[in-house]
Amino acid sequence: MTITILRSHNKQEEAYPLEDKERTLLKALTDIKATQDASLTFSAGCRASVCGTCAVRVNGKEQLACAYKVQDQDVIEPLQYHEVLRDLKVNKSLTKKTLQRSTAWLQTFQEASLTPKDEKFSEKQSDCILCDACYSACPVYAVNPDFLGPFALTRAYRYSSDKREADTKTLVDNVQSNGVWDCILCAECTLACPKGIDPKTDILMLRSLSIEQGYTDPTFVQQSFGFDPNAGF
Amino acid sequence: MPKRACYAQDYTGLKILHTLYDSCLKAEIDFLDDHYLLNLIVDEGCIKGAIFLDSHTGEIIQINAKAVVLATGGYGGIYHGYTTNSYGSTGDGIAVVLRAGGAVSDLEFVQFHPTALKRSSILMSESARGEGGYLVNSEGERFIDELKPRDEVARAIFRQEQEGKEVFLDVRHLGEEKLMHLLPQEVALCKLHEHIDPAKALIPIKPVAHYSMGGIEVNSSLEVQGIQGCFAVGECANAKVHGANRLGGNSLLEITSLGRFAGDHAHQYTRSASNKEANSTQRDKDQKAIEAIYAQACTLNFYEKQQALGKLMYEKVGIQRENTQLLQAMEEVRAMQEMKEQMGIADKSPIHNQNLIEYLEFSSALLLAPMIISSALARNESRGAHYKIGFEKQDDKHFAKHHIIQWKREI
Ligand SMILES: Cc1cc2nc3c(=O)[nH]c(=O)nc-3n(C[C@H](O)[C@H](O)[C@H](O)COP(=O)(O)OP(=O)(O)OC[C@H]3O[C@@H](n4cnc5c(N)ncnc54)[C@H](O)[C@@H]3O)c2cc1C
Ligand code: SF4
Ligand code: SF4
Ligand code: FES
Repeated sequence: MTITILRSHNKQEEAYPLEDKERTLLKALTDIKATQDASLTFSAGCRASVCGTCAVRVNGKEQLACAYKVQDQDVIEPLQYHEVLRDLKVNKSLTKKTLQRSTAWLQTFQEASLTPKDEKFSEKQSDCILCDACYSACPVYAVNPDFLGPFALTRAYRYSSDKREADTKTLVDNVQSNGVWDCILCAECTLACPKGIDPKTDILMLRSLSIEQGYTDPTFVQQSFGFDPNAGF
Repeated sequence: MPKRACYAQDYTGLKILHTLYDSCLKAEIDFLDDHYLLNLIVDEGCIKGAIFLDSHTGEIIQINAKAVVLATGGYGGIYHGYTTNSYGSTGDGIAVVLRAGGAVSDLEFVQFHPTALKRSSILMSESARGEGGYLVNSEGERFIDELKPRDEVARAIFRQEQEGKEVFLDVRHLGEEKLMHLLPQEVALCKLHEHIDPAKALIPIKPVAHYSMGGIEVNSSLEVQGIQGCFAVGECANAKVHGANRLGGNSLLEITSLGRFAGDHAHQYTRSASNKEANSTQRDKDQKAIEAIYAQACTLNFYEKQQALGKLMYEKVGIQRENTQLLQAMEEVRAMQEMKEQMGIADKSPIHNQNLIEYLEFSSALLLAPMIISSALARNESRGAHYKIGFEKQDDKHFAKHHIIQWKREI
């Protein structure tokens, strides 16, 4: 089989032959690096879908290299909307700033006893490995690079829904601008997530919380201003 | 009695790590991503800072500090291809301490986890057995009490393999619902890497290197022996909390409790540390060393040797040891060390040079491997994870002691 990888030094797609046997994309990349081209650059760590470093795009779809079985004619590219550092290695320090801007952490701790049910409630959200697959899949970034984005909003929701959080309001306040209302609810993030997390639904939940806190949908307000009920339909 | 320690599905470490990360962001702590630790700066036995390779630029960076805390993880990665650890767990921090004149200890104690996936060495956690999973051989027989300590279970599996039998983990009787509740990630990993659904089929497993009990020799304040003001914590350190045989769950307990402790002690140390700044001697030395690696001809592929080293260590310095095999292993490792002159890096790019980082990691592995072997050779007894043919009993009279290795620091 042959796979093609987008290289950064010449911005060309280079083809690499591989022996026909089942292997993960990560194994294929390490094999290529070890035997064909030592300059091929990518990030990896755990090989077990938990460190979140190895996400790339395969045929236009986000995948963890360690969890994807490579196929003949696959085209491998780096994640979208990230600065490419080299080949498949991207700069994730900027995307991590979305966590900072949305203050996706426990604001004020309060003592609360958690039942197994409570724990289950945010279990999925806290499975996030910060692989950035959802970020790369989100179409909003094509028009608004300041969008807080799926993983940061999922994480903000995770804390806002925790009984030990005494200050949900601050969390909700901090996800208004470039946040919950900028999402177009397309669910690309949900489809891309290797951990089965559903940022779209979490964003909808954050919208409900926002409304509870007195916020309204700004896009809705804008639209209704321009709407003339007497215009001749 | 509770069956398991505190846990979050089969994702306990991940959840601790991410909660810590979120708290660090909240506290506005700076991270220097892609900075690879090369060496410590030590002056008259006191820590002065550390030298890093900044992958973004290829520059060698000096960071001066009154105290340093090392938390660089274990050396299970030396068993390349036969470990649950990530690629980079080659004991860099331990090698760095040795080069800086500090002490390391008990390197022969490498824990083998009984149940890793056969083909990929990916971990199937203890909880699978804790919850009632069985181990069976290819004849369908159970051959060991699954709840015995890891070393005993790993050896029992190893013996089955020596008899030509395959070994499987059987969790079918737990049922799909329970499996998805307790081990969702591992079910997914089995499906992906072994093509089997654990609710319906046996999981093929083998024991592989999992945890380093040995490491940087520290005192009760976690200060490194031989380097004042330098602290070490976590898997890279030998805080002696796990003895010769760590119990499942205790590593996360160690890092969460002792991590804070190391931080407190490092902070305390800074109050009385001298203000004398470091000079650039170490930086210049490391700069030259990296330049030399770039200049070195590359006629031998170190990736091949990395795999060969992993296999050698697994086969001859593994679950069951024997002095003649250890001696052979030592010879082979020494030969590899000599061949190192022919191994260079093929990628000459100054920036984001993963080839260089992997070369440096392999260098750490090659530095530590003979010390694991010599410590294993010196311990003519069996204790915890260290099991030696011909010396199957624990011998407290001669060996109730630690093996400490420390080099004289060249000036
Ligand atoms: C698959 C698996 C499952 C496990 N499950 C459990 C469990 O359920 N319970 C339990 O108690 N323990 C478990 N363990 C053990 C436990 O996870 C580890 O012992 C623990 O994570 C070690 O933490 P640490 O912070 O000391 O090191 P690590 O988490 O290994 O971190 C070391 C860090 O140092 C960095 N580093 C290393 N060298 C350099 C360098 N030269 N320059 C810059 N950075 C460097 C690495 O990149 C890494 O980020 C498990 C281990 C594995 C592999
Ligand atoms: S649902 Fe929202 S966050 Fe998710 S990809 Fe679509 S626009 Fe982006
Ligand atoms: S939500 Fe999913 S896709 Fe997004 S960063 Fe987390 S794990 Fe990755
Ligand atoms: S290598 Fe860790 S998630 Fe893929």
